[in-house]
Amino acid sequence: MTAALLDLKGLTKAYPGVVANENVSLAIAPGEIHALLGENGAGKSTLVKTIYGLVKPDSGAMTLSGKPYTPAEPRAARAMGVAMVFQHFSLFDALDVAENIALGMENPPPLRDLARRIREVSETYGLPLDPTRIVGDLSAGERQRVEIIRCLLQDPKLLIMDEPTSVLTPQEVAILFETLRKLKAEGTSILYISHKLEEIRTLCDTATILRLGKNVGTCDPRETSAREMAEMMVGGTLHVPEKADAMGGRVRLSLRGLKAPSPRAFGTALKDISLEVKRGEVLGIGGVAGNGQDELLLALSGEMRVGKSMIRLDDEEIGHLGPDGRRARGLLCAPEERMGHAAAPDMSLTENALLSAHARKNLMSRGFLKWGKARAFAEEIISAFDVRTPGPGNAARSLSGGNLQKFVIGREILQDPEVFVVNQPTWGVDASAAAAIRQAILDLATKGAAVIVISQDLDELMEVSDRFAALNEGRLSEPVPAKGLTVDRIGLMLGGAHDMHVAEEVRA
Amino acid sequence: MRFERLEQFLDALMSSSISPTLLIASLMVASTPIMLAAIGELVVERAGVLNLGVEGMMITGAVCGFIVGVTTNSPAIGFLGAAAGGAILSMLFAVLTQLLLSNQVATGLALTLFGLGLSALMGQSWIGIKSPTLQRIDLGPLTDLPFVGRVIFGHDPMVYVALGIVAGVWAFFRFTRAGLIVRAVGENHDAAHALGYNVVLIRFLAIGFGGACAGLGGAYLSLVRVPQWTEGMTAGAGWIALAIVVFASWKPWRLLLGAWLFGGVTVLQLNLQAAGVAIPVEYLSMSPYIATIVVLVIMSAGRAPGSLGRTFHAST
Amino acid sequence: MIALERRPQPSQAWSAAAPLLAVLLTMIFGGILFAALGKDPLVAIRTIFWDPLFGEFASFSRPQLLVKAGPLILIAVGLAMGFRAGIWNIGAEGQYILGAICGAAAGLAFYPMEARWLIFPIMVIAGGLGGLLWAMIPGLLKVRFGTNEILVSLMLVYVAEQLLAAMALGTLKNPEGMGFPGSRNLKQWVSSANPELIAGTGMHWGVVAAFIAVIGGYVLLSRHLLGFRIRLAGQSPRAAAFSGVNPNRLILVCLGISGCLAGLAGMFEVSGPAGQITIDFNSGYGFTAIIVAFLGRLHPVGILFAGLLMALTYVGGEVAQLTLQLPGAAIQLFQGMLLFFLLAVDVLTNFRFRFGRREVKA
Repeated sequence: MTAALLDLKGLTKAYPGVVANENVSLAIAPGEIHALLGENGAGKSTLVKTIYGLVKPDSGAMTLSGKPYTPAEPRAARAMGVAMVFQHFSLFDALDVAENIALGMENPPPLRDLARRIREVSETYGLPLDPTRIVGDLSAGERQRVEIIRCLLQDPKLLIMDEPTSVLTPQEVAILFETLRKLKAEGTSILYISHKLEEIRTLCDTATILRLGKNVGTCDPRETSAREMAEMMVGGTLHVPEKADAMGGRVRLSLRGLKAPSPRAFGTALKDISLEVKRGEVLGIGGVAGNGQDELLLALSGEMRVGKSMIRLDDEEIGHLGPDGRRARGLLCAPEERMGHAAAPDMSLTENALLSAHARKNLMSRGFLKWGKARAFAEEIISAFDVRTPGPGNAARSLSGGNLQKFVIGREILQDPEVFVVNQPTWGVDASAAAAIRQAILDLATKGAAVIVISQDLDELMEVSDRFAALNEGRLSEPVPAKGLTVDRIGLMLGGAHDMHVAEEVRA
Repeated sequence: MRFERLEQFLDALMSSSISPTLLIASLMVASTPIMLAAIGELVVERAGVLNLGVEGMMITGAVCGFIVGVTTNSPAIGFLGAAAGGAILSMLFAVLTQLLLSNQVATGLALTLFGLGLSALMGQSWIGIKSPTLQRIDLGPLTDLPFVGRVIFGHDPMVYVALGIVAGVWAFFRFTRAGLIVRAVGENHDAAHALGYNVVLIRFLAIGFGGACAGLGGAYLSLVRVPQWTEGMTAGAGWIALAIVVFASWKPWRLLLGAWLFGGVTVLQLNLQAAGVAIPVEYLSMSPYIATIVVLVIMSAGRAPGSLGRTFHAST
Repeated sequence: MIALERRPQPSQAWSAAAPLLAVLLTMIFGGILFAALGKDPLVAIRTIFWDPLFGEFASFSRPQLLVKAGPLILIAVGLAMGFRAGIWNIGAEGQYILGAICGAAAGLAFYPMEARWLIFPIMVIAGGLGGLLWAMIPGLLKVRFGTNEILVSLMLVYVAEQLLAAMALGTLKNPEGMGFPGSRNLKQWVSSANPELIAGTGMHWGVVAAFIAVIGGYVLLSRHLLGFRIRLAGQSPRAAAFSGVNPNRLILVCLGISGCLAGLAGMFEVSGPAGQITIDFNSGYGFTAIIVAFLGRLHPVGILFAGLLMALTYVGGEVAQLTLQLPGAAIQLFQGMLLFFLLAVDVLTNFRFRFGRREVKA
């Protein structure tokens, strides 16, 4: 092995109350695809931000190509050949592709030349992209291409990719991997951050595993089993949710020809969605981010009113009802975004308990609130769902993502929903909390509720669903039994590779 | 906050019946202060900041410009003073909203209330004085052309400065990298920060530019249109400028239309007043404000910059 | 470097201390301002804050305190509801004027009938309704067309001022007024007068209404679902929608409450302290109430104290104008400064300063 391109020695970074990185060392060789593996909260993001100049370490040293490397800001990192593709894209919706790319470059050529170069690079690496399109109109996969091309135009020595496949269909993942292998062949090093073990095993040369901010081991992922890596990552064995077989109950919720425009700019309209969910059944809805998941949840929760007959609960048409009316009839929802949608960050947990439970849990009489009962309900959620917090008086924003998610899910489940719809139940939640949440959802179905789980995590959907359907550009596929579905089949249901004529070749 | 300035240039404006040439020529003049204030605010809002203190910065600019202009006996230096006054006041807003992360709506209101008080205090001993004023540019044969000569070529320099700033802002956003960066900051400040742009610094500069432009707009009232200092003489012009930015959907060339539209309504109602139409003066004086509301109702469709009015803190 | 760091949750202590610190800072910088104007700062501060309460002529100025605080509190309580919900009614001054016009007009329609039990309540209703309907204009336009309520409500202040002038000079002009502008004097007509209820206190029906508004506002915000939803909508609009808040209805309710209270304030003013509709009837209470609302932390009880404090600066300012020849604009500036300092120190409620190297949190 040649001398390392990037060498990290003993990096430590602490925040009030938490040590994000503790004495982390790792080395990335030229032309190597190096995986950084760890659960949410293991310190991957902090480490990457340190390398990219967004965070300054408290102690430790970095060298790049043998020279000390202390980027003061991302600009400096980029100038030294370190580029990064963000997990939450750092893109500007209202600007076009070329403008977005120009913003990420130090000395961009005039826009006309840039457009030409974008076309060249995108063709070389099999990532088609039209430089004049407005970024807000692109699919998640296409948006990622914008970021990647932005990086490639600067001939990086090291490319950092933060969870790049979470927004891609399996076909798009295959194309991305081809691109990355091509880059590797040209001598570019890649730091690949993920928690998806199979991906790492097919793509990466080396894997460094972080747990609770510490480097707990480096391995060759091609020689190590997924199970071994998972245990290093989690530090123990995982509890896999148990699931009873669905009973063939009566239909509780049905959608018929649900159509609705998106309430937000650059959203996805819902197009003619029909489905049925039976008592005791879990319907999994997969799809790449931005294909109408948020809109579907808004239409079901009542935040977005739709045609009266488009949604039917038991024998009643409820499409025109708002959230209160739907809750009263037993249809409860938990949106994806915890902070600011499912919960109000600056309000206490007691107030947040009241937020959706005021009617169903009898927390008021004639409009006047019963704060004592609300507090008791908050305490009930905290103990039943093992929410780690000093008490119900604390603000929602003081909770970690996983804890708040448990609180939010618990708040809805403890209201005994008859139909429960949840979007991204375990997004950004650590593995043990995720397992607990999935188990709670399954228990709810076992007790007879009809459940819809919307998620971008296919493994999760395969674990909990009885039937599976895919959302693609606002349309829902015909639901099929989840058992025995292959990855390829799911990928095609998700829409294959968006706008990607080379897809078939890659698959062949 | 009365409409006192109206009476003061009524006689200067019109004596006989309404002539289209003079109407359009005075429209150009009437729209200038609002155009200046609005183009400054447009840049501020494009950078993602909502500064509701335009009225306060305008009136402060009016008094600063007047004092400097009278003291130096030079309207040109007066305008510089006005720009400086508006910009300094805007820095107060910038420090509060960008460094101390205060609510932009509340801070903008505070700036207006503060500016009204400050200008009244500063202008106390300057009431009733007449200021030196800008001369119309005489372009000889061009100015003598029928109609166009009077409408296009016969104005004071600030009319052209205002148009020049609008064109400059348009070109800045259309062609320059700096303009692209300002738009990016206004569109998504978190992404701009992640790319390494200094969001706070860029916003400081935009806010300062907005303050300077508002100051110029105010001074145009006190040094050219009236030209005197009276308390509260902006009479809501700053708020109308804010409305015109919305009307313009944050696009400079449409801002031009908005300013002219408003200028037209103002001039027309003044002419109607002068012509002695049988409608009480008060109802005619309402018309610019009602026109602004109507315009807001018709044109509320534009897409605002993505981060407009949101507080930026690097850790969130 | 000094960096700001978000607190895990808002600091209760700072939330309460911020207004006090702001008042203190305003006094210090106000003192510097007065010194710059050539007045002894200590004398000026004492004249404004002490003399109206305990000075030589306190018996004259003390009643003025409630007279001035009444409308400020009444308007500010209403505004606070909207501000909490993120609905910015900046046009309370216009609603105040319309309340006065409608209240006066409703009363004068019965002139010279003597039936206080009938006419005064009708005036109260008309005043509240006038303000409410004026506030419905920005409300309905926002709900229907998405127009900005800040700009529309503010434009309507200028329209209302012109309307006021038209009323004083035309429709409502006193036919026995010998050509002078202004309506009949409502205070001198037994059916419409809003007199001082307890001699020497300045207490009139408008002050009573203000106290009722404080209590009602407090109960609404802390105990009622509507108050909870108002707070929720302001902090987290999407969470509010999820909870079941209908944003359009909330806009109308908040603008309606604030418009109605501002209208009532105008009606009580025109029938009491002011006495008649005149061209310059409005004196900026609608704008000062914005400062009062913020200074009171948008909390009804806080607004009660803030309204009294702001009234003190008015009364004290007038005394200082007489005795020290302190310009009236200096008081206006002083009030503006108070709001600035409050907004500045408010940062400490949600953030704390950290001294040391700049940090960017992961």
